Amino acid sequence: MESPEQIRDRLLARFPGAEISVVTNPGIAAQHSLLLGAAHARAIAEFLRDDPTLKLDQCSNVTGIDWPEKEIVETKNISTPDPANPAAPPKVVEQKTKRLQLGFLEVVYHLYSITHRHGPVIFRLRTGNRTDQATVPSLTPVWRSCEFQEREAFDLFGITFDGHPDLRRILMWDEFKDHPMRRDYAEPDDYEWEPTPHGTVLEKTKAHYPPPPALVAAPTVLPAAPAAPVKGATP
Amino acid sequence: MSASDHAALSSQLSTPHVGGANVREVHDSFHGDLLEVSMGPHHPSTHGVFRMIVTLDGETIVKLKPVFGYLHRNHEKLGETVTYLGSMPYTDRLDYLSSMTNNWAYALAVEKLAGQAVPERAEYVRVILAELTRLLNHTCLAGFLMQDCGCSGTPLMYAFREREYILDLFESLSGSRMMCNYQRFGGCRVDPSADWLTGAQKLADRYGTFLDEFETLLTGNEIIIARTQGVGKLSPELAISAGVTGPMLRATGVNYDLRKVDAYGVYPRFDFRVPLGDHGDVYDRYMIRVLEMRESIKILQQALAGLPAGPIMDPKAKLRSFRPKAGEAYGRIEGPKGEIGFYLLSDGSPNPYRYRIRPPSFINLTVLEDMCLGHTVADAVIILGSVDIVLGEVDR
Repeated sequence: MESPEQIRDRLLARFPGAEISVVTNPGIAAQHSLLLGAAHARAIAEFLRDDPTLKLDQCSNVTGIDWPEKEIVETKNISTPDPANPAAPPKVVEQKTKRLQLGFLEVVYHLYSITHRHGPVIFRLRTGNRTDQATVPSLTPVWRSCEFQEREAFDLFGITFDGHPDLRRILMWDEFKDHPMRRDYAEPDDYEWEPTPHGTVLEKTKAHYPPPPALVAAPTVLPAAPAAPVKGATP
Repeated sequence: MSASDHAALSSQLSTPHVGGANVREVHDSFHGDLLEVSMGPHHPSTHGVFRMIVTLDGETIVKLKPVFGYLHRNHEKLGETVTYLGSMPYTDRLDYLSSMTNNWAYALAVEKLAGQAVPERAEYVRVILAELTRLLNHTCLAGFLMQDCGCSGTPLMYAFREREYILDLFESLSGSRMMCNYQRFGGCRVDPSADWLTGAQKLADRYGTFLDEFETLLTGNEIIIARTQGVGKLSPELAISAGVTGPMLRATGVNYDLRKVDAYGVYPRFDFRVPLGDHGDVYDRYMIRVLEMRESIKILQQALAGLPAGPIMDPKAKLRSFRPKAGEAYGRIEGPKGEIGFYLLSDGSPNPYRYRIRPPSFINLTVLEDMCLGHTVADAVIILGSVDIVLGEVDR
């Protein structure tokens, strides 16, 4: 099978102007992937599916990944020569620069070819940010297997798939508000809150049961003890 | 109603017939409206807590929308909060009929991520356990499918009797019948004893006889043929596009078995065939599973005969303080229900940054509506049964 670099070069020849780059996997598995821009993603996906040498007819796995924004601290050694004594070795000062890497959401597709029995070819789509630009094009019209998996990424990560025929929550219930697979998701405190009778139900409950009988106070005064016999008195 | 009222009403409703007899006008209250029925989540035919919202025209299905999530516990989030090894017992709970193959798929993905080697004896033991799991799963499925067809009790109990023998083997090896937690990164947890291997050999020798008995009971049965042939047809093109894998894909005639394609473990050393269907209907899906069981017995015999001596765990394997290098890996195996895969993303910490499961039965359900359209409600139950779902895996 072609390497990701070869696929990238062929795609760039076919789609001039498309954003395609190879994301190197530093791990031992070395499953490198292609990063595609949203503009040409649908056309490239169709090309990958129909191209006679690749023929990636099965989209096996669709994964959502959350990358929240993070501060990257870079340490740099800067050497400054002493102006008073130019002959002396320069002074080395450690300088730290902070850089804010913007957060984004990512969708990873694993493709295989059943016809040619090769794979995986992996590609990724990234959203602009995690809030108002969390949209990528849907690939359900290209591979039907994306239908439920993209719905799952929408449900758990909050990635909107543009062009999905039926984009609804799938594992969480419809009234649920948040996206639980995000890294900064906080479980609500009242997760196991159960409603207790209130309002009209409480009134009804009160009317249903008779009020408990009032407690009768126990006698506090003890009966007087019999008087002791007086000495010297005649019986 | 008094007699006079009745006479007045009937004079309004009736139109005098030419022949003199009064014929009452028909006020038809059936306007051919569609009926929406919610099947499940607490129905025995849905194999767990699965719900289908079915729109019916008479008894024919015109729309079907599955509803998921009743068993959802965000398994993937749990995987991010525990170490790599800590997820191993959780994978048992995915497809709780085949915990051994879930363990293997996860171990395989982590081994790919960390570049971990597996000793030969462990590879053989994994094959033996995976094929036992396949026997167990397919036997149960055939039993449940027949239960859905209306053969109440008998085939299911026959299947469960055999399942119990396999579960006994699992229990004596791993300590648990279903939640085995047996595979480790770089091998298996305990070495099977000679007694255990004798037991497995006896089961492999005997299982063909059980299958003969089971097939005599079911395969040629007129009712089963009438209920399953031509029902729930799936075309190979749609099956490939929809990511359908496993026996469901092969029933449509597509020759794609990961044991042959990926040649993981020691599968290339064994001689076995991949059964293929012709029609892609429910009957083919049933037959594929029966034929696969016969091939599994062949693999079992070969693996038990060729089991080498040696260590069961790679001595260099790290279990405690296991931190794979930053990177990602996708590993997949041929589970009894289809391709079960794990995608792991490591950032160099003891916990995975992202832990994703590719559940076969969840993705196989994508085509449920396409298979059910035009069939009756009773057929939908059988079609769902032939997909072979386990909700622990579908809802995760």
